[in-house]
Amino acid sequence: MKNEMTLAFDSISENEGFARVAVAAFVTQLNPTLEEVADIKTAVSEAVTNAIIHGYQGEVHTVVVRVRLSEQMVELWVSDEGTGIADVKQAMEPLYTSRPELERSGMGFMFMEAFMDQVEVQSTPGLGTTVYMKKKIWQGEAEQGA
Amino acid sequence: MNMLESNGTRLIVHLPVELDHHYTEEIRKEVDTRIQAEPIQELEFDFSRTVFMDSAGIGMILGRYKIMRALDGQVVLKHMSRQVRRVLTLSGIQKVIPLDKEEEAV
Repeated sequence: MKNEMTLAFDSISENEGFARVAVAAFVTQLNPTLEEVADIKTAVSEAVTNAIIHGYQGEVHTVVVRVRLSEQMVELWVSDEGTGIADVKQAMEPLYTSRPELERSGMGFMFMEAFMDQVEVQSTPGLGTTVYMKKKIWQGEAEQGA
Repeated sequence: MNMLESNGTRLIVHLPVELDHHYTEEIRKEVDTRIQAEPIQELEFDFSRTVFMDSAGIGMILGRYKIMRALDGQVVLKHMSRQVRRVLTLSGIQKVIPLDKEEEAV
């Protein structure tokens, strides 16, 4: 099974919920467990919120979420054409936040890494950021084994 | 249901179904206004309705925890679903706010 979709939406906070629900609905084709769906929703929410808050810093532009399903794999790309991240390694450190005044917990990348199998960030200052994430869907195997 | 319910020195916050960056903004504003206006000593976050939370929820709770600590008050977390509990545990928040063990996986 191969299937792919792309969502493009305005960088406003109302769309954080829309993005994770839309991705979750698309991913159900792979028959994931409830926990796998929750993991993917959390990861999408973190990446999209980062694009809105940090990428575009409150300005309204377009966030693009691309999802590719193949056999038992979900691959996700969350992209913005915003400010970009000068030091990706620092940005991914647990508890680091560039915006403490917004009460950002600094846990966004930590959650993405905890809930997905792989997270990679490509960013160019002034051009934008793409977060790539991948997760294997066990299609009930984990439940049977538990 | 109103989001806030106060009872003397105790303020209960009935959290929304989805606790993300979008919703935390409003909760933060309303809770902080009440804490400043009333002699609140205990701030309770009620997760009964909440099926989704991400790191924005953690940031909002930790922010209120700092305020309550400065007021010598406390923060209590109640009625968490399994997803919420996983996110809370992963954040390490239990080092400062205890998570009751009794109500397991709703």
